[in-house]
Amino acid sequence: MLRVLNSSTTSNKLKLASVALSAKRFYANQPPPAEGFLPGVADSKLIKRTSEEALRNPELASVSAANGATEKLNLFQAVNSAMSIALATDETAVVFGEDVSFGGVFRATSGLAEQFGRDRVFNTPITEQGIVGFGVGMAAVGHTAIAEIQFADYIFPAFDQIVNEAAKYRYRSGGIFDAGGLTIRTPCSAVGHGGHYHSQTPEAFFAHCPGVKVVMPRSPIQAKGLLLASIRDRNPVIFFEPKILYRAAIEEVPVCDYELPLGKAEILKRGNDVTVVGYGSQIYALENAIQLAEKKIPGLSCELIDLRTIVPLDIDTIAESVNRTGRLVIAHEAPKTGGFAAEITSAVMERCFLRLEAPIQRVCGWDTPFPLVFEKFYMPDMIRCFDAIKKVTEY
Amino acid sequence: MLRTTASRLLANVRVAPKAFAPARAFSTTAPSFFASATDVSEKVKITLPESSFEVYNLEKPSLDLEFSKEEVIDMYTKMVTMRRMEMAADALYKAKQIRGFCHLCTGQEAVSVGMESAITNSDQIITAYRCHGFTYVRGGSIKSIIGELLGRECGISKGKGGSMHMFSPGFYGGNGIVGAQVPLGAGIAFTQKYLDIPAVTFSLYGDGASNQGQVFEAYNMAKLWDLPCVFVCENNKYGMGTSAARSSASTQYYTRAGYIPGIQVNGMDVFAVHQACKFAKEWTTSGKGPLVMELNTYRYGGHSMSDPGTTYRTREEIQHMRSTSDPITGLKQHIVDLNVATEAELKAIDKEARKIVDEAVKEAQASPEPDLKEFWNDIYQPGTEPKMVRGREPGESHYY
Repeated sequence: MLRVLNSSTTSNKLKLASVALSAKRFYANQPPPAEGFLPGVADSKLIKRTSEEALRNPELASVSAANGATEKLNLFQAVNSAMSIALATDETAVVFGEDVSFGGVFRATSGLAEQFGRDRVFNTPITEQGIVGFGVGMAAVGHTAIAEIQFADYIFPAFDQIVNEAAKYRYRSGGIFDAGGLTIRTPCSAVGHGGHYHSQTPEAFFAHCPGVKVVMPRSPIQAKGLLLASIRDRNPVIFFEPKILYRAAIEEVPVCDYELPLGKAEILKRGNDVTVVGYGSQIYALENAIQLAEKKIPGLSCELIDLRTIVPLDIDTIAESVNRTGRLVIAHEAPKTGGFAAEITSAVMERCFLRLEAPIQRVCGWDTPFPLVFEKFYMPDMIRCFDAIKKVTEY
Repeated sequence: MLRTTASRLLANVRVAPKAFAPARAFSTTAPSFFASATDVSEKVKITLPESSFEVYNLEKPSLDLEFSKEEVIDMYTKMVTMRRMEMAADALYKAKQIRGFCHLCTGQEAVSVGMESAITNSDQIITAYRCHGFTYVRGGSIKSIIGELLGRECGISKGKGGSMHMFSPGFYGGNGIVGAQVPLGAGIAFTQKYLDIPAVTFSLYGDGASNQGQVFEAYNMAKLWDLPCVFVCENNKYGMGTSAARSSASTQYYTRAGYIPGIQVNGMDVFAVHQACKFAKEWTTSGKGPLVMELNTYRYGGHSMSDPGTTYRTREEIQHMRSTSDPITGLKQHIVDLNVATEAELKAIDKEARKIVDEAVKEAQASPEPDLKEFWNDIYQPGTEPKMVRGREPGESHYY
């Protein structure tokens, strides 16, 4: 399964030979190093490590004008900060879910109960369907319900409440009632060792459901702004938090209250030849894949787009990009069949058919359940994404 | 179709399969633990304390029971082996050899061992997270359990699942969505009734899962059709970090089905668990319909390995439970008091358990990672799968 790149240098060949010798051991502990790029968030150029970098973002122009203070936060702390602001600025807002008043299993709610009281930040029984249904009821009265489902894998007991109650309340009551105040936060995606029920990324199930919005941030700054926007958006929102980034992604996050727009993709890197689209933690695999591709293929320049919100899909930004580049690579962790990349592919084909220079490439998880021991074979890793970029370039 | 179901449910009745040997072969090895000549079939009489049971809409089971010395030693052996196995898992996790999620049943050994001692291979069990002990008593080898945790070929689910995904004949898992297993248990019980198999299904869940809606849906179906199903609430006082009283409007779990009678049992006493399960089997298989059973127990460790288990309860509480209610210490005391075995003989069993577990761990560690073909196996019934499973990129597919 180890794919060796064509143009390895001698030293790389040596390195790869030693990897091959100990392939089994490597597989057990860590992915083999490829071309010196360590996939992941730690060395990402997309992470804003200084205040200046953080505030250079035009979407945060009002923030830097008003109050430029930032603080170093990881993703779970940024989520915490957003909820803290939501609780402080909206007296109808409450936070609830399994173990949240103790801070939650990932610590995203820590300190909130102490700060805002246990009547506003409270534990629920283990009852996902109940949690969401309860939130729909609260929201129907116009309150702000911030529910946590402990793992995205546990959202399925609540599937009916989301799909049939939350999503359709406005439509089926002709606008008399809605569940707009409901936001469901839930940790998703692989974490290196989660197995069947602690690793899934189920965004596509919900993207298929008119009436809910689906959001997945890539970093702490994004998480805070998008979560505040999701909480205040008067539509039910499912907010997926890639759990591997909770501690790994650390940024200088504006201290103040700010929102980032829902339904607006962000171009993270400009490029002319290939459009590369992803969201959540997959962005970092794509960033590395682009670095590798641009190093391997002289002159190549790729454009990287973070969707940020899966629904509403910002197809304009993608189509505009693909009309320029003529090539598209999409990557996500969820299985390929019926995955959200299929929707993007189809939408892009409708708009960019005559501009496409190569078949659109989807790099996704396998069409298998999420396996414990085979996780590294399952993941749409940097090398796979690189291959796809290479393929569309050479087509 | 019927034949298939029947054979699955009866498979363990007709034959004594070799797979069951580790759990059931004790009769042949028991005497070796005794230093002196001992008649292992000799019976010992036990009277349970009055406080062993509380009942709801039924008569208390008898407090008197009788075991052969061999049976008592078998229980002890399984309990110490199970604890040793969980300690080994704990150590392997801390050594970063087991990764991910790992839920240990240390402190709750009397539940699975007591239950298994009261039932036969035609009876069925299903549970959620804390499943290592059940896998073991139902015949899963220690090697296969540790191997699963390590993600090895010898793992009972071929390393594909890990901690909460273990299965053995008559044991339907090991389920990752708490509460979801409870209606499954009712379904298994329905097939037993449908096929007139005089057997029972124990459908287990924790105090945490007891509030899932599916539990109540299952109660209703089971009572409606009088299924031979025992809904067992393993009440270890905490659903993850939330104490029972903070999650449940009523913590009298044995009364919570209302229209189904219930029994609360001291789940730290293997004899009480045995007696209750025996009673429950007689009740359910005599056509009286389902039962709700609450086993009061205690987990010494955290919910999972990432939970130190001390943020929502005091160290004193854990220490108190360990020193006053430990199921192994309690059984040990009985064994000595009843002259079933001496302290020295029990020490020898402890030592042997340690050896067995250490060897199993070594064997599991020596087992390779599963072959890559296992990645694609078991998704569909062999022969009926789609032509291929799509991989990460267009060129990468697996063809069956």
